[in-house]
Amino acid sequence: MIEVKNVTKDYTNGNDVARILKGVSFQVQKGEFIAIMGPSGSGKSTLMHILGALDTPTDGTYSLDGKDISALPEDELARIRKAKIGFVFQAFHLLPRATVLRNVALPLLYAGMDRADREGRAKEALLAAGLEEERHLHLTSQLSGGQMQRVAIARALVNDPAIVLADEPTGNLDSKTGDLVLGTFQRLHAQGRTVILITHEPYVAEHAERILVIRDGELVEDKKNAHRRMQTDAI
Amino acid sequence: MKITDLCEEIWLGVSSNKTRSGLTMLGIVIGIASVIAMLAVGQGSKAQIEANIQSIGSNLLLVQPGFQRGAGISVSAGRGSAQSLTREDATALASISGVSAVSPETTSRQQIVAKGQNTNTSIVGTTPAYLETRNLNIAEGSFFTDAQIASRGKVAVIGPTTRDDLFGEGGDAVGQKIRIKNMEFTVIGVTAAKGGSGFTNQDDTVFIPISVMSTYFTGNDMVGSIAVKAANQERMSEVQASITALLLQRHGIADPQQADFSVLNQSDIASAASSATQTFTLLLASIAGISLLVGGIGIMNMMLTTVTERTREIGLRQAIGAEKEEIVGQFLGEAILLTVLGGLIGIGLGYGIAWGLQAFMGTKTQVAWSSVGLAFGVSAVIGLVFGYYPARRAAKLNPIQALKYE
Repeated sequence: MIEVKNVTKDYTNGNDVARILKGVSFQVQKGEFIAIMGPSGSGKSTLMHILGALDTPTDGTYSLDGKDISALPEDELARIRKAKIGFVFQAFHLLPRATVLRNVALPLLYAGMDRADREGRAKEALLAAGLEEERHLHLTSQLSGGQMQRVAIARALVNDPAIVLADEPTGNLDSKTGDLVLGTFQRLHAQGRTVILITHEPYVAEHAERILVIRDGELVEDKKNAHRRMQTDAI
Repeated sequence: MKITDLCEEIWLGVSSNKTRSGLTMLGIVIGIASVIAMLAVGQGSKAQIEANIQSIGSNLLLVQPGFQRGAGISVSAGRGSAQSLTREDATALASISGVSAVSPETTSRQQIVAKGQNTNTSIVGTTPAYLETRNLNIAEGSFFTDAQIASRGKVAVIGPTTRDDLFGEGGDAVGQKIRIKNMEFTVIGVTAAKGGSGFTNQDDTVFIPISVMSTYFTGNDMVGSIAVKAANQERMSEVQASITALLLQRHGIADPQQADFSVLNQSDIASAASSATQTFTLLLASIAGISLLVGGIGIMNMMLTTVTERTREIGLRQAIGAEKEEIVGQFLGEAILLTVLGGLIGIGLGYGIAWGLQAFMGTKTQVAWSSVGLAFGVSAVIGLVFGYYPARRAAKLNPIQALKYE
């Protein structure tokens, strides 16, 4: 479903050309839960940007759902993100003065969906992400970190994306809440979602089925995770 | 994205930070309010001056004696110094076609005594046609008649200010005696107040028959000036030409350059005055316009700050699928909403200031609908112009960098 072939990415700064990704190739099947792991500066964030259609590769191809999206103009990329990708960020990126429900429904607004449908789907997504209904009308600034990340996960799920991309989703959380969030991803995976987790922590990566290790812009390891850690997000 | 949803996002964007939105609007509010108020002052003074000019009479032509020149030398004693107009001239002018009324007028300043009170004011010797040429009304009693002119009746009609001075405020004047130059006159009427008009205050005047004026005060048949009322505005220049022609003929003057009289057209006075007020209004409007411009720059400044502050939000919106147009639409919409709201408040405030100036300061103001429309249009345009650059800047942000922005 995801096919990355010989993807390179260069950043030019004046006359200096820095090659961040040096020909990365891999495939991800529908329903997989993979972790992309690497130290900072390894190129994993750049890879995530390309996977999330926020950026395009300098060379090589990236196909999502059978469509090559490696050379699309910006607005086309925006449409791909709107339809197929759900992002979960380390910093949550919620609108602080808006209610939980409005935050979650925001992607559907850009999809042009009616209010009633938006709110219905936002509620479903929130319940799927484990945030009980009584908090749906709270302002996001009133929530705890764990709750904020659940809202962000719900927002990533609301457009029923082909992949959920989580960039260091536990980075701003204490370990107990972090485990709960990882449990949520595992439950979503069990329900058939394709989840890609980007992290520098082996502990976090060990929750995935498969681990890709990136170092200095190259894919150095692609292995099945034999000793998978399991978490539950039961509250 | 649906347009209603865009509007809602715009509203939420503006209303979620009320203090800042309010301060941003303030510049526009002040700008628009000052445009409205300044134009109202300009319009008001223009209307007042026009009313003043109307109060001397409408469709009025004033015939005045010309310069008096010594024989052979060109020393002028000034306009109106010659005594060249007679009552017969006035009678002749009445027969010109297009003339609806003619009143000869001779003015003299005299001391007036009544019941121990006295005042110094102008005495106008004239005919009953004066009421029509000068748009004057009688409040009490009556004006003198042609018969009283023929019989040189010692009767007087006084203005309300003169009445107040001589008989106390609102005092009973009709039937009372007043003395002018030791001659006793009977007051037979009081004119209606016209308000202080700029040129001569008709409320502080005593009107007597012109025959009495020429017999007892000036001693000859000459008149100070002749007021001619044209039947309508369109015929004024035609009537003006006819007056000139007729008087030249009556005075036996062949060369119009040597005319011993001049004819002033009221619409000339009016247009001179209105061009002066126009300049005044323009001056006020340009001052107000500058404050509006400053308000617009304030909007741009605040929108740029907003875009910087909300960089991460913009990045997020882009990440979840907002297209460039939608980002531009939101930020441009917020700028326009701020200016339009500011504009509406400014219009209200401008009205308030204009009302206050008139109610408490006595400055005549008049809010023109055109200036309201103009102010509103200008504020919307300011929103568009000064909101566009920040909105463009927001849409051009790279989502990756925007998300990482601290």
